[in-house]
Amino acid sequence: MAVTDKTADPAPAAAGTSRRPRRRRTLGGRNLAFCYFVGPFLLGLIIFTYIPVGWSAYLSLFDARNTVTPTADDFVGIDNYAEMLTNPDFRRSLITFTVFAAIIVPITFASSLGLALAVNRVRLARAFFRSVFFLPFACSYVVASLVWKMSIFAGVRYGMANTVLGWFGIEDIPWLFGNDPPWFWLVIATLRLWIQCGFYMILFIAALQQIPEHLYEAAYVDGAKPGWQTFWHITLPQLRASSVAVLMLVLIAAYQAFDEFWNLLPNSGNVPYARTPLVYLFHTSLGTSQDLGRGSAGALILALLIAIVTLFQGKILGFGKPEGR
Amino acid sequence: MVASRNNGHSKKAFAEFMLNRRRMLALGGMAAGAGTLAACGDNTGREEQGDGVSLLQWYHEYGEAGTQEAAKGYAADYPDANVTVEWIPGDYDAALSSGLLTDDAPDVFESHLNRGMVEAGQIVPLDDLIADVIDDIPEGDLIRNTIDGTVYGINMIDDPQYIVYRPSLFEAAGITAPPTTFDELIDIATELTTADVKGIDFGAAGGTDRLGQHMINSLGLSFIGADMQAGFNDPRMAEGAEAVKRLNDSGALLLGAPTDWWDPSSMIQGLTAMSWTGLWTMPALIENLGDDIGIFPCPGFVGGTPTVYNGGWATFVNANSKNVDAAKAFTKWLWVDNTEAILDWCLSYGFHIPSRLSLRAEADQLTSGPAAEAVAISEEYGWADNPDWTPAMNTAVNDMMSNIAIEGNDPEAELAKAVETVNSELDGIFG
Repeated sequence: MAVTDKTADPAPAAAGTSRRPRRRRTLGGRNLAFCYFVGPFLLGLIIFTYIPVGWSAYLSLFDARNTVTPTADDFVGIDNYAEMLTNPDFRRSLITFTVFAAIIVPITFASSLGLALAVNRVRLARAFFRSVFFLPFACSYVVASLVWKMSIFAGVRYGMANTVLGWFGIEDIPWLFGNDPPWFWLVIATLRLWIQCGFYMILFIAALQQIPEHLYEAAYVDGAKPGWQTFWHITLPQLRASSVAVLMLVLIAAYQAFDEFWNLLPNSGNVPYARTPLVYLFHTSLGTSQDLGRGSAGALILALLIAIVTLFQGKILGFGKPEGR
Repeated sequence: MVASRNNGHSKKAFAEFMLNRRRMLALGGMAAGAGTLAACGDNTGREEQGDGVSLLQWYHEYGEAGTQEAAKGYAADYPDANVTVEWIPGDYDAALSSGLLTDDAPDVFESHLNRGMVEAGQIVPLDDLIADVIDDIPEGDLIRNTIDGTVYGINMIDDPQYIVYRPSLFEAAGITAPPTTFDELIDIATELTTADVKGIDFGAAGGTDRLGQHMINSLGLSFIGADMQAGFNDPRMAEGAEAVKRLNDSGALLLGAPTDWWDPSSMIQGLTAMSWTGLWTMPALIENLGDDIGIFPCPGFVGGTPTVYNGGWATFVNANSKNVDAAKAFTKWLWVDNTEAILDWCLSYGFHIPSRLSLRAEADQLTSGPAAEAVAISEEYGWADNPDWTPAMNTAVNDMMSNIAIEGNDPEAELAKAVETVNSELDGIFG
């Protein structure tokens, strides 16, 4: 297949011996360029990610309240982990997340792929449609939450959704209150779809444009019909690597859900029926509680969970394998 | 009631901040500017100027116009040190908690006392500062600022929370007096509910984030008993929670209003006949509704008394400050001796009750109308925070109420669960 040509370019090997001296001369320059490009990023990664993660792992072994430098007396071993794992609220927050992921991951995947296919087929004003669907991604979750909460899904009579329902004689619905029925999922899911679909659509469009046209032509010659048949047997298999990556990104983003729950739900998202893991951890360690030991333990449990799920998913779907194999 | 108090106040601050839209743009610019400056490491507000001591003082963002200038004015009037005032918008409690862990922490700051701050050695005792005026400070304001017999904070303002109503709507429905029991409140709220106006606004969480705490006080129970275990393990709690469920099921609650309880908009826009609120909304309510407002305390549960939560802010001195003595001297000068400034702070911009009994009598604004009623019910039915009550314990009580009132879980089982959570927290702290 056309894609494989790129990965197996035999040219460098053939030109090997004659080019070696020149390459050695530029080696220092290349290394320097490498350092220039990677250095700042690596430094930032170390300072803002690896050190905090390491520190967090250290804190998770202590009874660290209102301090980031606990003393040896506060050492509690793995007690914090045991407490978090047996804590019904933390476990319930993991269930809340699972419900959220079960709603959001498949819908985001299907909508962004659908959008990509549609936009890719449009002949007129393609750039316009691409931008229009991508633009919401530039919007902050906080701003979008306020729009969703105060105008579209306000629970009072002048809220947009309630006004529309009112035309059909349906009573006002308090969209963001309680879980019987859990209308808040509709608010949260539509908001997240609106923001992130455009981004994944761009990823899919890029992948769609990599699919060589001759594959379709060959299929038509063999009697395949355009539409479902070619989509199922050519487009989807060719998109596998992108699909796996998108699925993984959507899932991780779902695990990290915080902003819209915090801004949309009552009491800063600190409600038992819809508390996500990050909202729970925030209230444990970053609000006025400052229970940094347990918070760190919870954060590491969550990170481990994300890593396991991601690896598992990668194993099943074959992450990292080239497209179309 | 640490979390609900703190959340309430951060939210209140946020609401006030949002209301003040013109300043939002300015603040955005300022935040960006401050970020740039802070990156250069020279904007900690602590540079030594001349030979005087420099102090940094933090406030959360009060929304009333003029407060920031007033705070800066007091600081400028102080002769013995250069005091820089920093106005912290947004989630003040989170900013402060993390700020206190760093070297850029304020020397003097407003907050609410909790045991964690004392155990982490973040604040210094202030007993000597108030020794002369201790009899003039309301008892509740002393208790909430005391841990193990030592006073750490000085209350700057008291903000009672209560229910506000429209007397005209009561009269139209033939209701002669405000309710005194929670069951009466449900009846009245249901009675007043029409297609366009709901009976009562208890906030976005339908009151589940505060009624449990009020119930504990109404029934004469305590957050934490003398045995350092949960002090509210009483079957009447389950019964009271069922009343909250009845209110939740009644259809009389205003739910999903664009603003939460700390903002008086739902009252002003006529979306509800009654609303949970605090003293700070009084000027806005009077301005918009004129004489058509009355207030009453949270009605009693299961034969208990009515209750009023006395919120507010207290000032503290950072134990890790380089100038603890100078910070204490400034605190005494501003929040103990300078009664003129205290009165100005309480009454010139919004409505707050001074935390000094003698000053309350002097203030004309607090001796008539609904504001006088607020002072009276605050003194008669008021309860304040217990500094040993942590946000985790508070969440346990809120969750109990939510699980019973919103999800219809078994009240006894939920009460047992909340008690267990609180006890295990307490064992972790005192065990």
